[in-house]
Amino acid sequence: MSKSKLELLDHNFVERIIDEAFVILEKTGVLVENEEGARLLRGAGMRALRADTKGTVFSITRDLVEQSLNTTPSSVKLYDRQGSDKPVLTMGKERDKVYFDPASTALYVFDYATKEVREPKTDDLVNFVKLADALSNIDAQSTAMIPNDVPKDIVDRYRLFLVLRNSSKPVVTGTFTLDGFDAMNDMLVAVRGSEEALKEKPLAIFDVCPSPPLKWSNLTCHDLIECAKLGIPAEFISMPMTGASAPVTLAGAIVQHTAETFSGIVIGQLAKPGAPLIYGGSPTAFDMRKGTPPMGAIETMMIDCAYIQIGKHLGLPTQAYMGLSDAKLPDSQAGLESGIGAVLAALGGADLVAGPGMLTFESCQSLEKLVIDNEICGMAKRLIEGINPRTDPLAEDLLHGDIYQGDHFLTSPTTMKWFKEEFFQPGSVIDRDNKDVWLEKGATTAEERAHQEVEKILASHKPLPLPEKIDRELVRIMKREANRCGMEQLP
Amino acid sequence: MALYEDLKVAVIDMEVERAVELTKKALDEGKKAEDIMNSSLVLAMDIVGEQYDKGEKYVPEMLLSAKAMKAAMEVLHPLLVESGVEMRGKIAIGTVEGDLHDIGQNLVSMMLEGAGFDVINLGAETPADTFVQSVKENKPDIVGMSALLTTTMLHMPEVIDALKQAGLRDQVKVMIGGAPVTQEYADKIGADGYAPDAASAVKLAKSLC
Repeated sequence: MSKSKLELLDHNFVERIIDEAFVILEKTGVLVENEEGARLLRGAGMRALRADTKGTVFSITRDLVEQSLNTTPSSVKLYDRQGSDKPVLTMGKERDKVYFDPASTALYVFDYATKEVREPKTDDLVNFVKLADALSNIDAQSTAMIPNDVPKDIVDRYRLFLVLRNSSKPVVTGTFTLDGFDAMNDMLVAVRGSEEALKEKPLAIFDVCPSPPLKWSNLTCHDLIECAKLGIPAEFISMPMTGASAPVTLAGAIVQHTAETFSGIVIGQLAKPGAPLIYGGSPTAFDMRKGTPPMGAIETMMIDCAYIQIGKHLGLPTQAYMGLSDAKLPDSQAGLESGIGAVLAALGGADLVAGPGMLTFESCQSLEKLVIDNEICGMAKRLIEGINPRTDPLAEDLLHGDIYQGDHFLTSPTTMKWFKEEFFQPGSVIDRDNKDVWLEKGATTAEERAHQEVEKILASHKPLPLPEKIDRELVRIMKREANRCGMEQLP
Repeated sequence: MALYEDLKVAVIDMEVERAVELTKKALDEGKKAEDIMNSSLVLAMDIVGEQYDKGEKYVPEMLLSAKAMKAAMEVLHPLLVESGVEMRGKIAIGTVEGDLHDIGQNLVSMMLEGAGFDVINLGAETPADTFVQSVKENKPDIVGMSALLTTTMLHMPEVIDALKQAGLRDQVKVMIGGAPVTQEYADKIGADGYAPDAASAVKLAKSLC
């Protein structure tokens, strides 16, 4: 089996980081702005270190963290929209491969036709979702952009509405508003048929993001508790920024990530023991020259790999925002940063990697980049399948073949048996033509070929339609939400 | 003059205590507060800004220089007020509602203070009402808003609307910034200016006053 793995920390270093996170939770504590979260911690006997109008700072004991880690499930499974028996994603203990979903919540889209960065509309997200539905190495959807043609009060649920209607892949999502969660849960329940069925076969993951350093805002804590109660997987996105919202050293930022994530695990497990939780994150190596949070920095990826290693050490499902780029358009920088990130995420053992499509510090999505990244994801997946002893003897044809009769292996039975399975076959973005053929085909760049592929897929791909009854129910829920904020007609 | 040069170097070299010491020394020698400010401190921060632009200075270094400048300005402030010298301008600045990320905004605040602005720091998660209240009470020349998250950035137009409703929009210039913010966004929501980083925020504020 595969031996492909990357561990940046030795065992003692992992233990040291975890121990220090325990100390920080006990001594420094975490600020909880949400009343129910505070009540849960108080109920578990946690001491309030101080309280003000914003919330209460709780000291969390090592015992409670350990107890909470023990009740957190070691795997999370996600199922397709139809609720097929076979899960699409198996994260954690039973993990068999690395999964990718587009990075989420871009405020902008890179418009290839005009080379313009602009705010997305409904059509942009719909096209993006259809594209992700068609791409074979993108395993899950995300609510990837914020369309600007609906009021911001309902745009969180509107994104999920569009994704559910246009793709059968499971989805990673999140809220922007306190009443967003209920509406989004209504939609997921509408698809599955009941809360029980949704719990049985999760369709969506919710991102919950502590605010660095060591804070749980009302909204994100609320979502975490609601997810836990309903058995919807919640994914922790701790976001330390080195030297800005976290200690400047990589190790210091990893400790903060560990402490923030531990506090989330405690709140989740207090809300409902056994609640499915994912050890994720989105740290950044803050750029001290530009004052920006680069996702493509090698140190960002190193912090990612380290916390993934810690999550795996604890036996939890893991997630990372890797395979993103800070380039402003799908260019060489985008390719190299995304390529390095996706490969490191795969080798580091992340179960779910959110990155494809994203540019500019997680703020701009590109359909062309999504198509290019689909190739990167395919390569990363192949990489961790590893080198396997397919035949015995390993070089069968050298021992038993008739190598002196002909001069090639092209038609040997072993070649015929393995030439497809052993290799990842890239799509049209990756150019392996000889030079003259490439010239003949128009001497295109990878970006141009990616754009052609986008057009081709959008013209031909038909996502599996929703059963009419469910579709009507989704539309009813969305219209109800739209009407509530004075919008008569959906875009 | 050597003392002004030393003070300038102290600010550039991020030596907070030395900057205060030299400022006091200059006053003891009979220099005017306004002259110390203009002939030394402001020049120092201009150089720091240039060095930052060229990629020679890093954010923490720029901040420490701004801190040295601010400490020196605190010594001069009462004398400047006494002699009726106008500060460069007054700015009320905050991170919009729902956004706990006030790092960028604190950075801009410090740089503005370093550049001689009177800064009212409204802090993280500032609701529209608080911006309006501050404009009424403090009568700033500029309202500055920051957001680090794409989702909270959407609160920026609310603040502008609230200022309009309170009849205050004409009295202040509005500048915005933060990772997801762009010039297009500033134009769209009717802000007067946008700055991509702390150093350009200072330039922008100077141009708006």
